[in-house]
Amino acid sequence: MNKMNARSGDIVVWLLLLTAPYWLPLTGGYVELGSRILILGLASMALNFLLGYTGVLSFGHAAYFGLGAYGTAVIMKYFVESTPLATAFGVLIGTLAAAIIGPLIARLRGVYFAMCTIAFGQVFYFIAFQWRDFTGGDDGLSAWHREPLHFGFATLDILNNNKAFYYMALAFFAAAVGIMAFILRSPFGRTLLAIRENERRARFLGIPVDRHIWLSWVISCCFVSLAGALYALLNDFVDPRALRWDQSGNFVIMAVLGGMRSFWGPLVGAAIFIVLRDYISSHTENWQSFVGLIFVLVVLFFPRGVLGIIRRKATS
Amino acid sequence: MTQLLFFNVFNGLIIGAFYALMALGLSLIMNLSGVINFAHGGFLAIGAYLAYMLIPYIGFWGALIVSPILTAVIGLAVERVLIRRLYGRDPLYSLLLTFGLAFIIEDGTRVIWGAQGLQYQIPTFLQSPLSNELFFLTGYRVFMVAMVVVIVLALFLILNYTRLGLRIRAGTLDLETVSVLGVNVRILRNLNFGLGIYMAGLAGVLAAGMLGLQPTIGDSLIMPSFISIIIGGLGSLPGTLLGGLLIGVASGVTTVFLPAASEAVMYVIMAAVLLVRPHGLFGEEGRF
Repeated sequence: MNKMNARSGDIVVWLLLLTAPYWLPLTGGYVELGSRILILGLASMALNFLLGYTGVLSFGHAAYFGLGAYGTAVIMKYFVESTPLATAFGVLIGTLAAAIIGPLIARLRGVYFAMCTIAFGQVFYFIAFQWRDFTGGDDGLSAWHREPLHFGFATLDILNNNKAFYYMALAFFAAAVGIMAFILRSPFGRTLLAIRENERRARFLGIPVDRHIWLSWVISCCFVSLAGALYALLNDFVDPRALRWDQSGNFVIMAVLGGMRSFWGPLVGAAIFIVLRDYISSHTENWQSFVGLIFVLVVLFFPRGVLGIIRRKATS
Repeated sequence: MTQLLFFNVFNGLIIGAFYALMALGLSLIMNLSGVINFAHGGFLAIGAYLAYMLIPYIGFWGALIVSPILTAVIGLAVERVLIRRLYGRDPLYSLLLTFGLAFIIEDGTRVIWGAQGLQYQIPTFLQSPLSNELFFLTGYRVFMVAMVVVIVLALFLILNYTRLGLRIRAGTLDLETVSVLGVNVRILRNLNFGLGIYMAGLAGVLAAGMLGLQPTIGDSLIMPSFISIIIGGLGSLPGTLLGGLLIGVASGVTTVFLPAASEAVMYVIMAAVLLVRPHGLFGEEGRF
């Protein structure tokens, strides 16, 4: 029964995502909003790979999101105007940085791990902020744009057709999410769950815990930098705010709001958070207070998230 | 050159003393309650703005005494109403909560006092340089360092020679046992939080005299405070103090040779420390 529920849940999510550009405008949304939810949802799902499934608290994922974005933008602006190459480079840079920083923090746990991820996250913010000649400093990198995709037999005009861009993002999203789901079902993924549930026991069983956490961290950061690369393409722009600490906090709150223990939770959380924030910021100048209030309320009243509550209702 | 170097070392020491002051407050709260107080920078701003309000009535010295106490009272209330509910739960939740609080406080100060920078009057005798050779040493800077020294000394005296301090130190090691021995842990945590916030408020009053006031005043100080704690090792207050001074001086010295890297050097030191000693200079393995 439970398995069937999960299966039908998956089908509903994919159907909704596939048809989003057609039903979103009917609800007062727009296609670009769908792309944003998809991309930030991917970032939050990637974070949740670490947060919800490995049980390690990272508060610095914006750094790798931003590296993906800057990597993409830099290639597009200074080197070659090729969407696939730029995306690949963005992902590479983000993953590489995570792989290098990983060993320094993989031995740490709990609040200590969280603090180190926050602190390391800020390094890239300062670099992006201060290296004005290359990164444009506070103004960010603009005056470049994504290029249509050429497949030889056909061209996907992601530049001018925002539905085409949505479907390209969805393709990346599907690939990333599929790989993550596959990893989580594999023995490696089960080991991560074991580490989350009882690290000491996992250690006694001979599992190299630190190495697993490092690997989980790198996988998570890899998909976050993919999301960052797509985000840069979506906006045709990137600035240091993409890798500031508040962005990291946003990813975490999306995951918690939707439900950390559910695979689709972070996507649901991203949808709610983004729509809510857009609504608030179009109605008041003090949207920052309200976003802060969302954080406080979620922590106090919805720590299990939307899907967590639904699931608990369903089982009781 | 020597004078430039001396100037920057001293400057780094001042900044480092600030980092340490802020980091000690953070560290106190984290050690006893396991809460990373992201809103610490916000409380610093509250302390500074309260001083701004109070100075016309009770003068700088009055504000220096009253404003941190008021900030601490706000801190006590916040702990009582919000943070207390999250003890014993995943540290993720308290981190998110204080994260939200940081947003609210920053926006709140902007609404009340405006986004533009404000200045307040510090006593005139503190404004003038000490001597002609040491033109960069204004009385205020010396005064700030002296203040930080006094506060740090007071903190260590409290922790080592009072019953409250004894309980805080014991609670840091094993809160459950302390509770079983008949100490009211709720009150202990509450007071401890207030003590940490008091230090944030004091840092705010002092910092605003030098840097001026704006709603984001705490932003530039919070990351270095984190780094101070990481370098010193979680759970060790002397480590935190040393970590703060170390990165302050290091970034001061770097300013002389490579100004652009003055921020980056802190992170380099942090990475180096983590590489050699994963739990910080004075941290104990297995505590966090």
